[in-house]
Amino acid sequence: MTDLDGTTTGVRTEGLDAHLVVDRGTFRLDVTLTAAPGDVVALLGPNGAGKTTALRALAGLTPLTSGHLRLDGTPLDATPPESRPVGVVFQDYLLFPHLTALDNVAFGPRCRGAGKAEARAQAAEWLDRMGLADHAGAKPRRLSGGQAQRVAVARALATRPRLLLLDEPLAALDARTRLEVRAQLRRHLAEFEAVAVLVTHDPLDAMVLADRLVVVEHGHVVQEGTPSHIARHPRTDYIARLVGLNLYQGRAEGHTVRLDSGPAITTTEELSGPAFVAFPPGAVTLYRERPTGSSARNLWRCEVAGLETHGDQIRADLTGELPLTADLTTVAAAELDLHPGAAVWATVKATQTHAYPA
Amino acid sequence: MPIPLLVPALLGLAFLLLPLIALLVRAPWRSLPEQLTSAEVWEALRLSLVCATAATGLSLVVGVPLAWLLARTRFPGRGFVRALVTLPLVLPPVVGGVALLLAFGRNGVIGQWLDSWFGITLPFTTTGVVLAETFVAMPFLVISVEGTLRAADPRYEEAATTLGASRFTAFRRVTLPLIAPGIAAGAVLAWARALGEFGATITFAGNFPGRTQTMPLAVYLALQNDPAAAIALSLVLLAVSIAVLAALRDRWMTAS
Repeated sequence: MTDLDGTTTGVRTEGLDAHLVVDRGTFRLDVTLTAAPGDVVALLGPNGAGKTTALRALAGLTPLTSGHLRLDGTPLDATPPESRPVGVVFQDYLLFPHLTALDNVAFGPRCRGAGKAEARAQAAEWLDRMGLADHAGAKPRRLSGGQAQRVAVARALATRPRLLLLDEPLAALDARTRLEVRAQLRRHLAEFEAVAVLVTHDPLDAMVLADRLVVVEHGHVVQEGTPSHIARHPRTDYIARLVGLNLYQGRAEGHTVRLDSGPAITTTEELSGPAFVAFPPGAVTLYRERPTGSSARNLWRCEVAGLETHGDQIRADLTGELPLTADLTTVAAAELDLHPGAAVWATVKATQTHAYPA
Repeated sequence: MPIPLLVPALLGLAFLLLPLIALLVRAPWRSLPEQLTSAEVWEALRLSLVCATAATGLSLVVGVPLAWLLARTRFPGRGFVRALVTLPLVLPPVVGGVALLLAFGRNGVIGQWLDSWFGITLPFTTTGVVLAETFVAMPFLVISVEGTLRAADPRYEEAATTLGASRFTAFRRVTLPLIAPGIAAGAVLAWARALGEFGATITFAGNFPGRTQTMPLAVYLALQNDPAAAIALSLVLLAVSIAVLAALRDRWMTAS
């Protein structure tokens, strides 16, 4: 099978098989996405990475420049959005303000040919399943953020889509509601039998809701895998920062990874060739004087660039031989008399580092 | 408050209010009930209301889709089309009447065919009044609805599309209810403009009592033979204008 851009691909007869290419002026989105029925895939990336463009292309709201899109083996490239078996939960839900929750949910079944009574019966069932039976008659402005989110999910599911798209499904909620709605959404996504793709810039949402993460930066996929794999093996600074790790790239030789910028890091893993090394900020120990008794092999001279509170700890941004972030207790920070510009020695035990092939 | 601003401001206000006060002062209050119940007045009032309402209906049927076209689609020359649509707003109504005659008159560009093929004559008929009023009033509706459409979030239409609605269904079931207040305001505005229409009507439809003589035409005619009747008719139109203003108050008077 040959697609528009000339590459040959195997046909996936079930689930999603997409190569999305969208040109928008100087920005080019070029991502490949595949998923089996039952999969929940999260597109994770910074703002402006092209996640929402990818979602719009899947829904048919933005045309593909090239590439292909197949769902359960059926090509959808040329199918208008109203004929695609795709449901969308928009970031701010876009519930129709003039319709009740029930009629919002019944809208899809109505458009897809159900009679008025039939559509309403289906809608009532969906609202009941979402625990919203009591709010069927309410207009969207009378619903709380969490309730509106569930109506939006019910509305998208009521058309029985083969692909469910969710754009930042929790972004519009306050912190407390978010916790509760995230748990409910996770349950509903787990029950959903077709493919679900969600877009988020929040790593926690992505890791809780999705089985697989696809990290997008500058319109391209930079890494994909299970949440736990990506958390332990980040491949870009963006992901490393998201999961709170120091990340370096270099060449491994035995237990040493020599970084492109000069310094070397000793690790427990034995590797050769291009490699990443990662370690958490909590693994770093700081000293004002060069430590003499320390057994740490990884010792670098640094300077404090900035300090900020991070939970009940102090996070120090260090520059110097090896730029890194270190977490320490408030007491330790006070004892060390840390302040921006202070010279420090940073050590990391080899057992606290994690090296993997690049 | 600076005097150089305050004095002209009060002068301007007085200039706008004085004629209206004069109308109320000189109104033949005692003979008013009699004046207003005469057959001619009722005839003119009924004709005015029927024609203005028909013109508003016609404007809605073609004006709302036109506003949608201008607000939601892109085509070459769209700016030019919008300029054309708004032209009747600034065109002297008499010129509009002349232009209508040249288009739909018995020997007009289209009128001659209407006459010879279908036997339809438009000028100097009640239908002609409706056409003249529509020509002048529709731009008000189109501009009002287009503005509301531009302010409305087009993503609601996208949401409807992802639920399986065709573009027309999305317009009918989602956009139309959302912009209903704008359509209502535009319709009231167009209706008021149609009700007061004089120049295009008298040029294109003439001044035949019971057939094409609307209120403004009756006022003008009465002023020459029966000033008291003209004042009474003017009071009726003033009352209607105030009612329109009241109907639109939420939209304009609270905008400050």
